[in-house]
Amino acid sequence: MKMAKLITTPNLPDPDGFYEELLAAHDGLSKAESDALNARLILLLANHIGDLQALRQALAAARREGPEAELKAP
Amino acid sequence: MGRIFETPLYPYSRSPDQDAVVPARHRVVVVGAGPVGLATAIDLAMQGIEVLLLDENDRVSWGSRAICFAKRPLEILDRLGAAQRMVDKGVVWQLGKVFFGDRQVYDFNLLAEDGHRRPAFINLQQYHFESLLCERIFEMKAADAPVDLRGRNSVTNITEQEFGLELDVDTPEGPYKLRADWLIACDGAGSPIRKMMGLDFPGQVFEDNFLIADVVMDGDFPTERWFWFDPPFNRGQSALLHKQPDGVWRIDLQLGWNIDREAAVKPENVIPRLRAMLGEGVKFDLEWVSVYTFQCRRMERFRHGRVIFAGDSAHQVSPFGARGANSGLQDSDNLCWKLALICEGKAPESLLDSYDAERLQGAEENILNSTRSTDFITPKTEVSRIFRDAVLDLSADHAFARPLVNSGRLSVPCVHDGSPLNTADALPGAPARTRPGAPCTDAPLGEGFLLDRLGGGFVLMTIDAESPDQVAAGGITARRLALRAGDDATGALAARYLGAAAQGVYLVRPDQIVAARWAAFDQASVQAALLRATGRA
Repeated sequence: MKMAKLITTPNLPDPDGFYEELLAAHDGLSKAESDALNARLILLLANHIGDLQALRQALAAARREGPEAELKAP
Repeated sequence: MGRIFETPLYPYSRSPDQDAVVPARHRVVVVGAGPVGLATAIDLAMQGIEVLLLDENDRVSWGSRAICFAKRPLEILDRLGAAQRMVDKGVVWQLGKVFFGDRQVYDFNLLAEDGHRRPAFINLQQYHFESLLCERIFEMKAADAPVDLRGRNSVTNITEQEFGLELDVDTPEGPYKLRADWLIACDGAGSPIRKMMGLDFPGQVFEDNFLIADVVMDGDFPTERWFWFDPPFNRGQSALLHKQPDGVWRIDLQLGWNIDREAAVKPENVIPRLRAMLGEGVKFDLEWVSVYTFQCRRMERFRHGRVIFAGDSAHQVSPFGARGANSGLQDSDNLCWKLALICEGKAPESLLDSYDAERLQGAEENILNSTRSTDFITPKTEVSRIFRDAVLDLSADHAFARPLVNSGRLSVPCVHDGSPLNTADALPGAPARTRPGAPCTDAPLGEGFLLDRLGGGFVLMTIDAESPDQVAAGGITARRLALRAGDDATGALAARYLGAAAQGVYLVRPDQIVAARWAAFDQASVQAALLRATGRA
């Protein structure tokens, strides 16, 4: 399988619209419900991506680790 | 009471060794008559190696121990002549259900692949398993096999001497001394032998307690494995219900860390919990209740001079995934042929280094799997619980989440890639599942099955390829098993061993692990692989 590099340049067709929908998805939820929604969302997106290398790059970027950290991942 | 675990199966009786002036010498002494020690004694004796099995007790162990025996150990027991009686007595199951909160989120079928003699798993109480292996030993003894089992014989000291090992053994009639060329310690997670030798058993304790109950009931539950996360009757915790023979059910209830362990096992506390789980109308009797704390540990090395550790004495895992007895039986399978060749002077003692390498790999794999299951079942942080619950929540509607649900990854044998006994793969186009280092996969052969035809000993298996009837190197002979792809009308043999290749030649070890494979027979290559597989290259 061809491994993709994580896209970190602008890639969303409607940034403002998506951001609004992301926040709207949490409307009326408690902190615990929002945490649960976020976890479900991450799992759904991770499965959609399905590329371990891209996911590891995303994990490293989210942890504010540089690209070197991602290369050391198992 | 005539219950099997209350009956002395091998009561103490005085041995002539106890009156010997010079301590009697034995080829191999196995300590501990649990599943691993019994299988080890049977295996060695079947190979003609004299073996003495010592047990501090005189009966099978009882209580909630191993219940789930996987296909590979059953295949090993086939070679030992003991699998059919296990399968006849055991419960075969393949359906599992997963519950989250008060609802069922999904069910699964193990969907065992066709064309195997043995099922993916059977459930069988350890006391039945042990008594059936004892039965096999008694049959062998009656047929003059070189095996003896002595009850209430405890090893209290070991010293290594020039001639080998000297053991102090305690009995109801006092101590005596024995000598042994080799000792195999199958004396369990608390191994007295390991402690006597001052060896470490490093690892991790999981901060959780589980109530394990075996109950006898006529409940209307099907032959399935039911696993609950956060059920109404055990909020915030997990639960497992699994069927065993004789109307006995295994129940695991997670209790958490800060509990009163003594109070938890009292019937007045256990019974209401079980009633809430099973339903008000269900009548049940407690056969056994205990509280377990899980640990994952392993020794740095399994061989220490003339003492070799196998099973729980060498490595301990959490019970999720049935990797205790199942991996111990694979230790024994790996060890016995090597030790037999060494005893016969046909292989160097360094062959035992490969036991260490291969079974340490197995132990690492089991500890990794069992640790991951434990982390899923018992989340240790808020965020790990949030993700765990999200996986379970999604699993009801989305198939993608189901492989993430981890209530125990059931035991499959590991592939010994990189084993010093392997010869590089030389069969292009053949499937990876039967590459060097992998255990042979069973396949139908007419009325029978491939693994039965392999049996023990080194085998040169040819599929649509020519070769002599046997090949010898350094005093060890591999006998040919000549097969044709057409011997199996289902096509499984060809799919599992040839793939895209037109023909193949396999060198198979006595433990049915592939040592080498080629596209065609070449005498020098097979001899070199045979030497390599026996530690001489």
